Formats: sequence, C-alpha cells, structure tokens
Amino acid sequence: MPRSIRAPLGGPGLQEVPPTVFTPTVFTPTAAGAGCALFPSPDPAVDAVAIDTGSTAWMLTSSALVLLMVPGLALFYGGLVRRKNVLTMIMNSFVAMAVVGVLWVLVGYCLAFGDSIGGLVGWSTDLLGLHGLPFDRMLADKGVPEIVFVMFQGKFAIITPALISGAVAERMKFSAYVLFTALWSTLIYCPLAHWVWGSGGWLFEYGVLDFAGGTVVHVSSGVSALVLCVMLGARRDFSPGKMSVLPHNLPLTLLGAGLLWFGWFGFNAGSAVAAENPVAGTVAGLAFATTQTAAAAAALTWMLIEWWRHGTPTSLGVASGVLAGLVAITPAAGHVTPLSALAIGSVSSVCCFGAVQLKNRFRYDDTLDAFGLHGVGGLIGSVLVGVFCFTPVPGLLADGGAQLSKQIVGTLAAVAFAVVGTWLIARFLQATVGLRATDEQERDGLDISLHGEHAYHHAIGN
Amino acid sequence: MKLLIAIIRPGQLEQVQNELKDVLDEQDNFRLTIEQVEGHGRQEGRSEVYRGRRIVPHLVEKIKVTIALNDDYVEPAIDAIVRGARTGKVGDGKILVLPMEDCIRIRTGERGPGAI
Repeated sequence: MPRSIRAPLGGPGLQEVPPTVFTPTVFTPTAAGAGCALFPSPDPAVDAVAIDTGSTAWMLTSSALVLLMVPGLALFYGGLVRRKNVLTMIMNSFVAMAVVGVLWVLVGYCLAFGDSIGGLVGWSTDLLGLHGLPFDRMLADKGVPEIVFVMFQGKFAIITPALISGAVAERMKFSAYVLFTALWSTLIYCPLAHWVWGSGGWLFEYGVLDFAGGTVVHVSSGVSALVLCVMLGARRDFSPGKMSVLPHNLPLTLLGAGLLWFGWFGFNAGSAVAAENPVAGTVAGLAFATTQTAAAAAALTWMLIEWWRHGTPTSLGVASGVLAGLVAITPAAGHVTPLSALAIGSVSSVCCFGAVQLKNRFRYDDTLDAFGLHGVGGLIGSVLVGVFCFTPVPGLLADGGAQLSKQIVGTLAAVAFAVVGTWLIARFLQATVGLRATDEQERDGLDISLHGEHAYHHAIGN
Repeated sequence: MKLLIAIIRPGQLEQVQNELKDVLDEQDNFRLTIEQVEGHGRQEGRSEVYRGRRIVPHLVEKIKVTIALNDDYVEPAIDAIVRGARTGKVGDGKILVLPMEDCIRIRTGERGPGAI
C-alpha cells in the first residue's frame, strides 16, 4: 500500500479526476521493511514512472516559500510590540524553525502521516527519524519524492505554533514557550494534521475539506492562542487603547505582511501538489488565483471599514486585512472560484475586524490578535468552504448543505481538540516551569532580561 | 515657581505619570516633558551578550522628566514621583528641584505663574 497522503481530490468515492497527462504506476515499496534502504539499488521501473519534474520543482519552491513566511511572521509580530520586546517576539518565530524543524524529522512526520491508528494518529516505525524512507521513494501516485513532501509539510508544522506566539507577546517566559512549542507541535498539531490530511484520518475519511490548513493550522493555532493568553493573564500594563502599548515599528509589520502574502502562494498553491491527482497544475493555478483575490478583497474591505468607522484608513488595517483574507482562503483555495474568493475574503475581513475589538470588551490580552485573525479567519474559511466549494464536491446550493455540515463538524472537532490539549499542556507547564516572565523582567523588557540583547541602542555612547 | 527634573527608570514612567495625574489639578492634561537619556551612577548596566562576548554597558538608559510647577504643587509632585518611581533598588534615580525665574506662554505672551 502506498503511504498515507493528503487528500486526493474529492476524497473517498467522490473523485472527479481531471484528465491526466500520464498515468504513473503506483509505486509499491519493494524495499519495505528493510531498515537499510537509504540508498536502494536503482530500479528502472520505478524511475521511469515516478518523477514529475514540474510538480517536484513547484513543491520544492513552495516549501521554501512557506519557510519564508516564518521570518515574515516574525517581522509582522515584531513591529507590533514595544521596542524592548521585539527580539523575543522575533525569536519566538525563529525558535519554532529550530525546535519543530528537528521534531518534525524525528517524530512529527511519523505521527502526522504514518499509517493510521484508528484514524487518530499516524505511526510507522520506519518514519522515525526518516530512517526507513529511501530518498527516491515516490509519494503514492503524485510523481513527487516523499522526502519533498516531508519537507513541505514540515514548514506548516513550523509556522503553526509560531502563530500562537502573537497572543502571549511581551510576557511569556521564553523557556516555557520553547517547551510549549515542542509539546503542542507533537501532541496537538501532528494528530490534527493526521485527522484531516492523513489517509485513514477520521476527518479525512468523513470528507472534511481543508485545502491548505484552515482547521489544522489556523483554527488550531487561533483557539490555542486564546486559551493560552487567558491562562497567562494580561500584561502588567495592559489597558485597551493605552499609549504605551502601541506598535513600535509599523514598516516592519508591513514588510512582514508582504512576505507572508508572498509565502502564502507556496502555502496554498503548493498544497495542490498533495491534493491534485495525480499531478499538480490546474488546481495549483486555481489556488494561486483565489489566494491573491481573497487577500486583496479582504485588505480592501478592512480599509473601507476603517475609513467609514474611524475616518482614517490605516496601514496596519490593510496589513490586518491581508492576513484575514489569506487565513480564510487557506482551507478553500483549491475548492472555490475567484469570485467566491472575493466573498470569502470580504466576509472574513468584516468578521475579523469585529473579532479584534472583542478583547477590549472581554479584557483578555490577545496581544497581537492571533485569535482575532487566525482563529476567527480560520473558522470563517473552514465553514465557508462548505458553502462555496465547486470542486471536487458541490457546495451548499447544489448539495443542500451536506458538505457544510461536514465542515462544521470538522471545525468543531479541531476547536475542541486544540482547546483541551492546549489547556492541558499549559497547566502542566504552569505547574512545572511556570509560564510567565517575572514582573521585573516584563518591565525591563524581555529582550534584555531573557536574551541579554537590545534591538536598538541609543545613539549616545555607541 | 520651581522646575523639577526627575531621572527615573524607563519602566516606571507610566506609574509616575499616573501618580502625577492624581495630584495635579489639570488631571491628565498636565504639562510634562520627557527625554530619553543615558548616564551612569551607582547602578550597573545589565550585561549584554553578543556571540558569547559579555558586555557591560557603561551607560544606563534612563528617562528624564521635566516639569514646571507653581509652589503649591511642588511637594505633592515630588511625593508622587517618588511613589511612582521607587522600586527600592539601586538605580531608581533622582529628583532635582530648581528655582525658576519666569515662564512665558509663547502663544499668548503671558508670563509668570499663570503661564505654567
């Protein structure tokens, strides 16, 4: 049997495969079970059918694009905090590249995409440390080496916990954050990715559509961010609208938003390689177009709302709109038309605009709106897929809500799992290492207190 | 009329402002000038590490608050700044009280205590 893969178009029983350029033979791993298969003897039959150079090249490119989103996120977040906390904020993203980058190869891929155990988690001993994965083994019938797929998926695993860091900015202890990232990635992200994307995963078998991570990445990180920021408590000087907690460098944030938008093409259009059957091309183009369209529509909507409500269109508003649109189109990218993407982007923008005001009313300190943008945008997108999708299954108007109800079930399952899991992990850390920096460290800034560095020195004396 | 110059920890600025707000009759519209300064006293700077090299900065960042006051407000303002800025550790800063000869409001040309 080919190893588990991400959703082939249509899911079980629903395949409407577009005409294929060629029909590759499904590779049956002849060296299966041989632990020493690192350099298997070349098998001409395999080589002849296996590689689709276009898809492989695009997936390699996409993997690099998605990785670029992490420093993009670092800048996006870094500009929004005060100057005394910018380095620790950026570190939160960079350390995810380090920690999850290691964990993914050791156990993460195995847990997410190994052979399914009851639809709940993956496990294949030969994938531990990738030691039994020959580098030229193809990913099922995709024409892409599985090692490329491992790397592509690894980038998603890296950015997801980094998204959470926005909610706990300026006060979470760095050591606690590193441990949280390691535990959350292993215990929450990997099983959830298996549920939704692994063949045999229960939400995958149920037919939930999540093109590039609306539930797995954004809903999970968004609701986890909310839970964590409530458990952590507000910053010592948190008070909505107060002068001293203004962003210290918006150009940094806008540069970050630009990098995120750029990288998102890899995130969404790259996901077509895994989803499209057997080779990528048409759906990748569709995902690219919807990604672009939704981001633009959401940015425009956010700007217009601000203009109307506050009289001034702000740069941060446009950047936030871009994020709201990109997040919402993520689960839908290869399933909807560009016109639907306009609608999804705009609706998400309106909802996220409302959601980021909630923290003032309920007084929780979701510092950089990880929940307001990723949680809410992800929920909107994950549900709206069921309304607007046209490929591989029809949406609300044609199927009377069957897909919509599946989407709602899938989204609620992801919310419940992430909320409970995050709560347990955070309780554990609270009882052992503690979650928060001390009051004094928080006052002096986490950069100098926890990392021994200043981002900016005064001109005098330097 | 007195001129108060207070050198305080950057992290205490907000508390100082909040304390001052309570004792000055303009409430949160009181006149205040703030500068970022560096200097050294008995407090040692927090050491920084760059690629393994530990560096103790010889200058420490501080905030300088300048505020002009009519005589009745001087003592309450001093108390307020002390309340807001004190942590009890070396490096809490100083308050300097200077006599002030005159004060001119540029917009109107008004002079003296009324111009403060």
